[in-house]
Amino acid sequence: MLLKITNLHASIKGKEILKGINLEVNKGEVHAIMGPNGTGKSTLASVIAGRDVFDVTEGEILYNTKNLMTLSVEERAREGIFLGFQYPVEIPGVSITNFMRTAVNEIRKYRGFDPLPAGEFLKMMEEKKKLVEITSNLTNRSVNEGFSGGEKKRNEIFQMAMLEPTLAILDETDSGLDIDALRVVANGVNKLRTPENGFVIITHYQRLLDYIVPDFVHVLYEGRIVKSGGKELAIELEEKGYDWIKEQL
Amino acid sequence: METTALYPITRERLLDFYQENHEHLIANDTPAFRDNREKAIVSFQKLGFPDKKLENWRNTDLAASLRLTYDYPLQPSADEDQQKVFRCNIPHMDTAVIGQLNGWYVSKDVPLMELGNGIIIGSLAEAMKKYPQLVEPHLGKYTDVEANGFAALNAAFATDGTFIYIPDGVRSEKAVQLVNVIQHRENIFIQSRNLIVLGKGAKLTVVHCDDSYDHQPSFSNIVTEIVVGEGSLLDHYKLQNLNNSSTLVSSTWFHLEREAKMESHYLSLNGSLIRNNTYVRFNGPYGNANIYGLYLLDSKQHVDNNVAVDHASPDCMSNELFKGILDDHATGVFSGHILVRRDAQRTNAFQTNRNLLLTDTAKINSKPFLEIYNDDVKCSHGSTTGQLDETAMFYLRQRGIGEDNARMLLMFAFTDEVVSKIAIDPLRYRIEDMVKKRLQGELQICEQCVLHCNTPDHPVDFKIDVSKI
Repeated sequence: MLLKITNLHASIKGKEILKGINLEVNKGEVHAIMGPNGTGKSTLASVIAGRDVFDVTEGEILYNTKNLMTLSVEERAREGIFLGFQYPVEIPGVSITNFMRTAVNEIRKYRGFDPLPAGEFLKMMEEKKKLVEITSNLTNRSVNEGFSGGEKKRNEIFQMAMLEPTLAILDETDSGLDIDALRVVANGVNKLRTPENGFVIITHYQRLLDYIVPDFVHVLYEGRIVKSGGKELAIELEEKGYDWIKEQL
Repeated sequence: METTALYPITRERLLDFYQENHEHLIANDTPAFRDNREKAIVSFQKLGFPDKKLENWRNTDLAASLRLTYDYPLQPSADEDQQKVFRCNIPHMDTAVIGQLNGWYVSKDVPLMELGNGIIIGSLAEAMKKYPQLVEPHLGKYTDVEANGFAALNAAFATDGTFIYIPDGVRSEKAVQLVNVIQHRENIFIQSRNLIVLGKGAKLTVVHCDDSYDHQPSFSNIVTEIVVGEGSLLDHYKLQNLNNSSTLVSSTWFHLEREAKMESHYLSLNGSLIRNNTYVRFNGPYGNANIYGLYLLDSKQHVDNNVAVDHASPDCMSNELFKGILDDHATGVFSGHILVRRDAQRTNAFQTNRNLLLTDTAKINSKPFLEIYNDDVKCSHGSTTGQLDETAMFYLRQRGIGEDNARMLLMFAFTDEVVSKIAIDPLRYRIEDMVKKRLQGELQICEQCVLHCNTPDHPVDFKIDVSKI
């Protein structure tokens, strides 16, 4: 088992957002988490990644049988957890190359490998750029600075490709994308799917799931997973909206 | 070794000292220079050193620096080996290097270089003797000795420094680097005076460095007047990397004629107390001034940037961007005064000051002051002070970058907005490298400028290739 979340409660500034989440993700699986705004989808992603503005008040998260609560944000990342941000942060003055080289080498160091030689690193960058159809020269560009919404999301998938995570959580990667960008991002994800890694895809709409076909779909509502099913659940949600689920509760 | 009497530099002591050494001080003066000096000492007698009661000095306290005792030599001492100080490895940067030791021009038997294209570079004392017609119209004409105690003190005492003259139409493609190194066997009080004159349609890049050679305390009062003639272009850099016992009051007056353009970059990397006074005056229309500053402070360091821009003519544009990172108990001040006079229509004046405070004990006083006397202007000012962006930290750490490295990357990124304005590539690379080292706490004094003094055994002669200026 890759990820096992049991009865997870989390709050921010005393306000409880997650009220008992249970979720299991195995290697090779793609899970979609859907739900209306403000129900805790992004909070769940942040808590798995270890963002410390949230307090975990109950429950546990196991990742590869390790208790995540004992690991810092960067340790979780080095263990193979990647979070694709809903709003990627602009960092003027830090070049993408420098950013990625620092990240790749810190992860390698954690795993007991030497830093990647500069030539090999640049070759790797070129390969991964192709994966998400980035043609521009990233070397001198600052991280996300002046990027369009689509470029930012594409850059997230590019980073994911560079870091080769075991568990990737994509938080509304589809929001703000036109249909071409959506296709590029989805293709990137599909190419990175292997029997050894797992994906948690947080989305509002079923649209992305036409391209990235999930094995499981979960509905998050008021801090709990209230319904789980196969990919057909996403289609049902698209047709009927969320109200019928609320009525069932 | 001969021992020198050390004194606290009080007003009374300096007034006596002036009388005792009057003959020596005026030895090279023309009647006009002597007249300036006499007026200045009277003014200093009135003004003395500024204290915290003055609005302009409210947040910078000189008391501790003034309480120390100093030696105040009135001529370059013979026993200090100038060769040794400047026997440094010069890495790749295409500049002509001129040196000052404790404020004195290092002549190496050539006190004044006169180049074929009319450029004159050398000792101000020598220029006052040899070219009074070039010096007299400018020296002391832009400073305000009636109101500024340090300017008055400097005008009364200073007898040397650097003189640079670029004639009409001469565009110096090579940067001139002016390196002032402080090295003395005792605590030292230094007063140095520089004059830079660009004629019409001229161009000059000056990199002005203040370095310490050792850890001896010093107090420097440096006054520089820079005239940017009609249609001329000045690119000016001030690099400050002094030891943690040094006090520096550096005042620069920029006088811009019609259509003159200037950029100035203040990079304060180290020093105990640094006060930069920057005065820009637009004396004719269509002038343009960009003034940038970066200060990186820790321990109990203090940097005060006081910038006054006088829009005395219409259709001019000024833009200020000052950024600082303050750690530990460091304190900083930014005061930006923009004066738009009645006749200065269509003025554009912008001012930004941004600060990162890394601890609860670090402190910044940011004080914009706009004084506008006509209504056809575009002015803005903004000031922000904050901590490192928590969301950005999370983003970097989520990619596996450790907290310390993430912090370093963000601080480095914060400085980039100012550093990226440096137009000379090798200098920008050097500064980037120094900023990195500074943020990691690895920057040593004497490791900046082209005089890379950390390899003193490497026998590179201190020579100026004048043919290439």
